[in-house]
Amino acid sequence: MSSAMPNNQTTNNKTLTSKGFSVDLKTWGPFVALVVLALLGVLINPAFLGLDNLSNMLTRSAFIGIIAIGATFVITAGGLDLSVGSMAAFIAGVMIILMNSLVEQFGAGVTTVLFGVGASLLLGLCAGFINGVVTTKGKIEAFIVTLGTMGIYRSLVTYLADGGTLTLDWAVRDIYRPVYYGSFLGITIPVWVFFFVAIIGYILLNYTRFGRYCFAIGSNEKVAEYSAIHVDRIKTMTYMLQGVCVALATIIYVPRLGSASGATGVLWELEAIAAVIIGGTMLKGGHGRIWGTVVGAIMLTMIGNILNLTDAISNYLNGTVQGIIIIVAVYLQRASWRKAGP
Amino acid sequence: MLLSARKLCRSFGDNQVLFGVDLDLQAGEVHALLGENGAGKSTLVKILAGYLRPTSGEVFLDGKQQHYRSSGDAEADGVVMIHQELALAEQLSVEENIFLGRELRRGLFLDRRAMRERSRAALAELETHVDPRARVKDLSTSDQQMVEIAKAITRDVRVLIMDEPTATLTENEVKVLFELIARLRERGVAILYISHKLREIEQIADRVTVLRDGHLVDSGPMAGRSKEELARLMVGREINEMYPPRTQLPADTPVVLEARGFVVPGAVKQASFTLRRGEVLGFGGVVGAGRTALLEAVLGLRQKSAGQVLRNGQPVVLRHLRDAVHQRIAYLTEDRKNKGLVLNMDLRSNVTLLNLRAHCHPLIDRRREEQAFQQAIQRFDIRLSAAVRTAAELSGGNQQKLLLAKVMSIDPEIVIINEPTRGIDVGTKHQIYHFIHELTEAGCSVILISSEMGELIGLSHRVAVMCAGVLTGVLEGEHINEQEIIQYAAGIKGVGVDEQRHA
Repeated sequence: MSSAMPNNQTTNNKTLTSKGFSVDLKTWGPFVALVVLALLGVLINPAFLGLDNLSNMLTRSAFIGIIAIGATFVITAGGLDLSVGSMAAFIAGVMIILMNSLVEQFGAGVTTVLFGVGASLLLGLCAGFINGVVTTKGKIEAFIVTLGTMGIYRSLVTYLADGGTLTLDWAVRDIYRPVYYGSFLGITIPVWVFFFVAIIGYILLNYTRFGRYCFAIGSNEKVAEYSAIHVDRIKTMTYMLQGVCVALATIIYVPRLGSASGATGVLWELEAIAAVIIGGTMLKGGHGRIWGTVVGAIMLTMIGNILNLTDAISNYLNGTVQGIIIIVAVYLQRASWRKAGP
Repeated sequence: MLLSARKLCRSFGDNQVLFGVDLDLQAGEVHALLGENGAGKSTLVKILAGYLRPTSGEVFLDGKQQHYRSSGDAEADGVVMIHQELALAEQLSVEENIFLGRELRRGLFLDRRAMRERSRAALAELETHVDPRARVKDLSTSDQQMVEIAKAITRDVRVLIMDEPTATLTENEVKVLFELIARLRERGVAILYISHKLREIEQIADRVTVLRDGHLVDSGPMAGRSKEELARLMVGREINEMYPPRTQLPADTPVVLEARGFVVPGAVKQASFTLRRGEVLGFGGVVGAGRTALLEAVLGLRQKSAGQVLRNGQPVVLRHLRDAVHQRIAYLTEDRKNKGLVLNMDLRSNVTLLNLRAHCHPLIDRRREEQAFQQAIQRFDIRLSAAVRTAAELSGGNQQKLLLAKVMSIDPEIVIINEPTRGIDVGTKHQIYHFIHELTEAGCSVILISSEMGELIGLSHRVAVMCAGVLTGVLEGEHINEQEIIQYAAGIKGVGVDEQRHA
């Protein structure tokens, strides 16, 4: 009704295109980085592109990748889960003990493995629920709550293993082995799981109310509350989803070594968070990207892989290179945020 | 001439927002700067205060050209700006805020005593009861505003720029502020005062400058210029009939909402009210009287210790805002930036956030969502430039319309509107008043919380007035006037008067 602003209407055709470009770079940044890293790998050692090497690399990235997809939801909704590594170790420990004890009753068969898998999912769900409820109802920062549960699960698995290592019954292991080592259509099972978890994660985050609410809560919890969103419920659900992802990762991890100890899954939480951040999700919440996370997880594994294939840099410097890449990735994202801002 | 600007232009990218604007500020005058949202007022004052650099044009202080590179440069010359959005460190105390960045020291250490004394003196001058040791986050918005002003006057201020200073103040605080402005003027301070409230400007301004669409349209002494003329200059057209007529209510109009015996710990001691179909029920009272707390408790947004809600005569339990939405009650918050809109989210998602399930079966249908958004743009006359992506980039008036679109997406029967016209321009205000009228004509009921007396009187069928957590009375018919509302708001008249006196 009030007079229009003539000079405003004709605005910004140029800015729009230039903005569009920087937005694109933001969206595709992680992919570009991945391609650059892959090219580097090929230059260093043509064996990098070998089917075996690629398959091996993707399979290894699946654990962190699956956990990181769960973490994408938690972080997008403004939370943080430091307990995932210990949770994985604890779940692995309980799974092994349970399956070993069921051998007598059900024999070393599929039933025993299915019980193990079921227990894993249930434990993951419960552990996530506890993290979620204590954070939201107790009104304690997620960092503190999950720092606490991280310590709890780590010590529990050490206790269960009596300071040593829990080993899966050999007969059960033979049945369970294909879940890690088997493949379907030439692609290993862990990669399939990773792929499906990513697809489901993508749909959940971008095409459901739950996903949209995660964005809203992570951006501004107060606004979410005033938009009739059950903030506590959604946040708890993100932790439960994270728990399920950890359980899935553990399910494909256990047949790999067939054992669990106090050293299982150490620092996985930080690798998962790193993958999420490299992928372009904001650590303070409100902005998350599943494909970015997938790329981030693959990149982290790829760095180690490339260092393995070359003598130029010592393998022991893996952490250094990863660290530099995390910081550079985030710096580049922030720089483009700044340009795109008002 | 103390401060003058010559031919100021400013562009953001290709978007020019200021076109050769001149401005002259004399020592000891109150100069009002008027214009609709987006007219370029904020850009202009930000250039004067060193926050922005002009694309072309000059700024002179005492006749000497200045090239401020930061607000710090300008402040060193005594040009201080008080922001519309308060810029205080919430976790620090009042005195720490007042001296933030220019702490008084004795040797290596902070001179806390001197800072406290000077803070106390500045606050006393403002006649406010704020304790210099209190934490800023524990203060009300209006007290925080006082701290901002105290911060400015403890500097040797020569030019004070105030951007909408009274938007969050109560009538009494406004009076104190105006007295303070008068004192500063006597001291020879030049005050550049931005406000949408023409009544205030008429009261305090010596001279006035009007901007429209980035151009200077008028500048001169206030004397001889009427409110109506200024409003017309701002908008560029006649504003006829600020308030639309009230919807006619037959005597047997049914009650659609009733709140009985509400008590909210720390905010509401006793309140009951009814709302009829097609009615505008105003809520008056000073800031902090418990109006927002009462209605948010009714909606299930706050914990209550007692109280019952009846919807169409049936008792209902509203534990969460979602329950209220199911009862087709919508709530337009007063704080659109912190409670209303997800600022870093795109506009479409903001509009559909409240009623997202309407676009889910079971996955979000992006096309339907986009359609709903386009309809909202049409219906609520949201002005978009191509570059706007997030809600943060919209002007205040457009944000308010976006929020209105979001709230109306549930197709409510009852709309609770909290301070709908705070900090928005005359044209948009006008649109919102007409919108309220359309709602009631369509059979919706409206609860209007407002600190603007004119709005309450001009729009409401009845006005409920609160004082210190007690609903002191509901005014009807010719009792709805400024005098009566003030008396009930002050607790001089109405329910609970005796208790107040004893307390």
